[in-house]
Amino acid sequence: MLHRYEFYLAGVLVLLASVIAVLNPTFLSLSNLFDLCKSSTVLGIFALGVLIVLLSGGIDISFTAIAAFSMYVTSKVLLAANPSGSIVTAFLIAGCLGLLLGLFNAFFISCYRLPTLIVTLGSASVFRGFLLGFVGTKIVTSLPVSMVDFSKRSLFSTTLPGGETIGLSASFLLLIAATVAVWALLRYTMLGKGIYTLGGNPEAAARAGFNITHLQFFIYGLVGFLSGVAGLIHACLMRNANPFDLVGTELTVIAAVVLGGASITGGRGTVLGTILGVFLLVTISNSLILLGVPSYWQKVLIGSVIVISTGITARREWGALHGVVTG
Amino acid sequence: MGSSARSCDRLSDARNNVSLLKGLPAERATARLLVITIVVLIVMSLLNPGRFFTYRNFTSMCFQFPELGIFSLAIMLSLITGGIDLSIISIGNLVGIIAALILTRATAADPSAAVLAMYIVAAISAAFATSIVCGWVNGILISRFAITPILATLGTMQLFMGISLVITRGHAIADYPKAAQALGNATLAGIPVPLLVFLLLACIVQGMLSRTRLGLHMCLMGTNPVAARFSGLDIRRLLVRTYLLTAVSSGVAGLVVISRTNSAKADYGSSYLLQAVFVAILGGVNPRGGFGSAWGVLLAVLSLQFLSSGLNMLQLNETIGPYINNFAKEFTWGVLLLLMMVVNYYCDRSRTE
Repeated sequence: MLHRYEFYLAGVLVLLASVIAVLNPTFLSLSNLFDLCKSSTVLGIFALGVLIVLLSGGIDISFTAIAAFSMYVTSKVLLAANPSGSIVTAFLIAGCLGLLLGLFNAFFISCYRLPTLIVTLGSASVFRGFLLGFVGTKIVTSLPVSMVDFSKRSLFSTTLPGGETIGLSASFLLLIAATVAVWALLRYTMLGKGIYTLGGNPEAAARAGFNITHLQFFIYGLVGFLSGVAGLIHACLMRNANPFDLVGTELTVIAAVVLGGASITGGRGTVLGTILGVFLLVTISNSLILLGVPSYWQKVLIGSVIVISTGITARREWGALHGVVTG
Repeated sequence: MGSSARSCDRLSDARNNVSLLKGLPAERATARLLVITIVVLIVMSLLNPGRFFTYRNFTSMCFQFPELGIFSLAIMLSLITGGIDLSIISIGNLVGIIAALILTRATAADPSAAVLAMYIVAAISAAFATSIVCGWVNGILISRFAITPILATLGTMQLFMGISLVITRGHAIADYPKAAQALGNATLAGIPVPLLVFLLLACIVQGMLSRTRLGLHMCLMGTNPVAARFSGLDIRRLLVRTYLLTAVSSGVAGLVVISRTNSAKADYGSSYLLQAVFVAILGGVNPRGGFGSAWGVLLAVLSLQFLSSGLNMLQLNETIGPYINNFAKEFTWGVLLLLMMVVNYYCDRSRTE
C-alpha cells in the first residue's frame, strides 16, 4: 500500500485539510463540507469521463461543449414540450443528447483513425457553434419545476443554531452512483479490461481480440452520456441554463484527473485516484478565500500543483521503466 | 531477392515523388489548402460585391490576422516535434505585461526621444528575457523531468497566467508612448507593420525548418522519436530549443498584441489557443509530428480570415444576414477542420492504394 500513488495523494489531501482547518476552523463546518461536495459533483462526473478516455490512450476536450449543449437543449425542450416533466425524463434527454454527440466524436476517431485531440477540438467548435449560433444565447432563468425541485432536495439536512437549514445536495448521490458504476466497469467487465489494454498497447488489444471500433464507440459514447448528465446537474445547481457556462473548464478537469495519477499516454489510472484528485483541486480552489489568500494567487497555486504532481508521476513512471524503486 | 527489389522500387518511387514536389503529404495538403483559400476569397468577393475585394477591407484584415498567425507559427514548432505547447497565450500575455510595465513608466516620465528609445529597447529586451525564461522552464520540465508536453504546458499555462494575474491583480496595464504603438498600428510603405512582423517570422521559421540542422532534427524527432534517439541526436537539448523557439515566437505575438490594443491583460485572447492549434492543423501540420510548413500556416490563417471577414459582411445582407453570428462562424470553423481531415484521409488513402 505504501507504494501506491493514491496513498500519498490521500495523505496530501488530509495534510492540506488539517492545515486549512488549523488556520481557519470554519473549514470543518458542516456547511463548508457540504459546499465542497456540491462543488465536486459536476467536476467529479466530468473527471470520470475524462479518466476513461485517458485510460484508452485518447484525450477529449469537447466534453464541456457536449455538457453545455445537452443541458441547454434539454431545458429548452422540456420547457416547450412538457414543463411539468419529471427529473428522470430530463436526465434521460440530457444523457441521450450527450451520447449522440459522443458517438459523433467516435465516428471521426474510429472510422478515419484521426488523432483524438484534434477531432474533439473540431467537434467542440461544432457543438458550441451550433448551440450558440442556431439554438440560442439567452440564459434560461426559469427552469422546469422538476429541475428546481431537484436542486432543493437534500440527502439529509440539519438546522444550524442560527436557524439556517443546510443539507447535502441530492446531486452528490449521482456522483457516488457514477463513481461506483465506472469503478465496476473498469474492475469487473471485459469492456473495462479492453479500455486499459487499448491504452496500454492498441496493437496488442487488437491481437487479443478486442474490437477497437466498438471499444471506441463505447468509450466516447459513455463520455458523452456522463457529460450530458453532468451538464444537467450543473444547470440544476445553478438554477439556470446558461449556454456560455462550462466551456473553458475542460483543462481544469483534465488537470484533476492527471493529478489523480492517470497517465496521459494511456493504460494507467484509477477511479480512486481520480476522485482524490478532484477533491484536492476543489479543496485548494475553494479554501483560498477561507485562508485569506487573494484570489489572484489561485492560478499560480493550481499551476504549481499540476507541474509538481505531473513531475512526480513522470519520475515514477521513469523509475518503473528503469527498474528503480521510487515513492 | 524479390522483397529487396520491391523495396528498391519503393525507394525510387519516393525519390520521384520528392523531386516532383508532390510526394509529401504536407505538400499535397498545402496545395489543397491554396485551392480552398482562393475559393473562399472568390466566393466572399462575389457574395459581398464592392465591399470585400477592396483595399480598405484588405488593410483592415491585415491588421487582424497576424497575431493569430504568429501564435500558430509558435504552436506549429512544438507540434512538429510531436509535442504541443498549451502555454503560448499565457507566455504572450506575461511577456506583454512585463513590457507594458516598462512602457507605462515611459509614458509617465514623458522623456525625450533618445530616452524613449532606451525605454523601448529595455521593454523589448525584458520581453525577450521573459519569453526565454518561460520557454526554458517548459523545455526543462519536458526534457529533464520527462513530463508529457501536453501536461507540462497545461501546468505552466496556469502558472504563467497566475503570475500575470499576481502582477496585474487582474487589471489591464494600458497607455503606452505613441512610438510603442507603432508595432501594432503603423504601416510601412502601405503595408501594416504587424503583417510585416508575421511574414518576417514566417520566413525565419520556414528557413529554419527547411535549411538548418536544427529544423531537420526537429522534423526527425517528430517523425520517429526512437529512431532520432538511436541516431545520436541530443533529444534533451533539442526539446529545450524547441520550447525556447515556441516561447520566443509567442513573446513576439504578445508584443504585437499589446502594441495594437494599447493595453496588456492577464487573460487576453484565451480563445486564441484552440484557434492556433486549429490553424496549424488546417495548414497541414501533422498533429502526430514530423511535418509542417510556415506557408501552410499562412494559407490557413488567410483562409480563416477571409471566411470570418466575409461572414461578418454577410450579416448586412438581408436574406442570410440574420442567420450569421460569431457562433455560426465557430461552427463553420469546426466543420471545416473535420472536413479537411476527412478529405486528407481519402486523398492519402487513394494515393497509397
